[in-house]
Amino acid sequence: MLPPALELERVRKVFSRKARSFARRAHAKNGKKDVIALESLDLTVARKEIFGVLGPNGSGKSTLIRLVSTLLLPDSGTIRVFGHDLEKEEFTVKRLINRVSVDAAFFKKFSPLENLSYAARLYGMPISEARVKMREILLRLGLKEETFTEPMERMSRGMQQKVAVARGFLTSPSLLLLDEPTTGLDPYSKRDVQTFVREIRAEHDATVLLTTHDMDEAERLCDRIAILDKGKVIALDTAEGLKTLVPKTNGHAPTLEDVFIALTGGRMEDKELEVVE
Amino acid sequence: MSRLVNESRGAYAFIERNVHLIKRYWGWELVWFFYSLVNSLAVTYIGAGMERISGQPMDTQYLITYLLVGTLIWSYLSMIFYSISEMIAWERWEGTIEYTFMAPVSRPTQLVGTTLFAIGYGVFRTLLTLAIVAAFFRLDLSQANLGGAVLLLFAGSVSFVGLGILAAVLPLLYPERGAQMTSAAAALLLLVSGVYYPIATLPGWLQVIARGSPATYVIDQMRACLLHHAPTGSLLSTVFPLIGAGCGVIVVGLVVFRHVERYAKRTGRLKRSG
Repeated sequence: MLPPALELERVRKVFSRKARSFARRAHAKNGKKDVIALESLDLTVARKEIFGVLGPNGSGKSTLIRLVSTLLLPDSGTIRVFGHDLEKEEFTVKRLINRVSVDAAFFKKFSPLENLSYAARLYGMPISEARVKMREILLRLGLKEETFTEPMERMSRGMQQKVAVARGFLTSPSLLLLDEPTTGLDPYSKRDVQTFVREIRAEHDATVLLTTHDMDEAERLCDRIAILDKGKVIALDTAEGLKTLVPKTNGHAPTLEDVFIALTGGRMEDKELEVVE
Repeated sequence: MSRLVNESRGAYAFIERNVHLIKRYWGWELVWFFYSLVNSLAVTYIGAGMERISGQPMDTQYLITYLLVGTLIWSYLSMIFYSISEMIAWERWEGTIEYTFMAPVSRPTQLVGTTLFAIGYGVFRTLLTLAIVAAFFRLDLSQANLGGAVLLLFAGSVSFVGLGILAAVLPLLYPERGAQMTSAAAALLLLVSGVYYPIATLPGWLQVIARGSPATYVIDQMRACLLHHAPTGSLLSTVFPLIGAGCGVIVVGLVVFRHVERYAKRTGRLKRSG
């Protein structure tokens, strides 16, 4: 039997940060406090699945994505991507993944084609093949040909984010990590990206791990959804399954947003779990 | 074979990226080149004016060439140093560090690409500076051992690559202050390496540091080569230790970099763009 696309076993990640206030510093060890980002997380994502992760700010969503992206090392636990241990086979895992994050980070004075060429070469793609593919993806995402050679700094946030999405798709990753990819996009662009996510799954058998604050997006795209709170999975099911966890109000079936608010305690503020030692 | 092809594509990515950076920041490049050129001229004019300053008869031509060799070779070596040490700082400034670090490209490959670019661009800039400076002063290099000079330049490049890698660790460890710390390290090398004066001029404790700087040997032997026409054979006792020590520092630099990269991933320091 083939291993799943992604497996996390008892993954824990704690960040040590300087305590801000004097009172906290006085109680903290070495003036630092520990912030638990992920607490003994177990998660399995099947091949070809679009798996959504919802959670309040600071619940550990981005930490999860950055751990799987090899940008963070877990304090304990194991992460496997298509059966490859992330720490022992880091290079193999890097070839299988790509990521689109909420901050469209680019060389701002480079054009989209220059930025994408750089990414293509880093992933060992033949540049002639990459050039054809990058034009194709940019056009499908709705960018006009004349913008391809313009510096990125002259583009709107939405257009920059589309180039970020193109960079993520360019290398045809087997596991695509999307960290709030449609934040800041207009409804048309959002739809373009969502359609493209579905297409990449259908055409390339890709698995997608998506974090989002957009409940409609999660419902529209994801086969299963996990709700993360204080670094733990507090619910995991299909969107319909999650809705059964909350009772009807005034005879109306709950929305995914109702479920999210009910399960996370209705607080939308930063919810990092602090442990002051 | 396919791994080798992928790695060479990866190395080329850094060469092409740096060429694009120069193209896009051409205004800054022009300003820095002008600054470096004027600096070379100003230092060399000190040699031209020494007879007037001291009121004593002097071999002005010797002084001019002495200072010019120092300023040009330092300009080249510091270019190698900065290009490599800034390979992380650039990614920090642009915010792309996470994307480069999650790509399937090894750090030695990144280093190869960055070094090849640095050597190519460094040679181009140094030759251009020399060509312009030559219009201001009467330089006689007809008896100089130019083959030996090229050999020394190569040995100097190797020795500065390792130092550049060690300095590149700083922006990884200290997102906000790392780049400035790199500049401080370069300034110390400039002070102790005998760029404008013999290291014997320095106090004893600084001379000890000077002996640890590869630039001291490169510049000293370069002067022997260009001013005293030292034959290539006599340079080998400097060239081989320089290359050997340079390779050693490269290995140490890569090991240190690997450990610091793991530390940065453990503590989440790749995220902050500084």
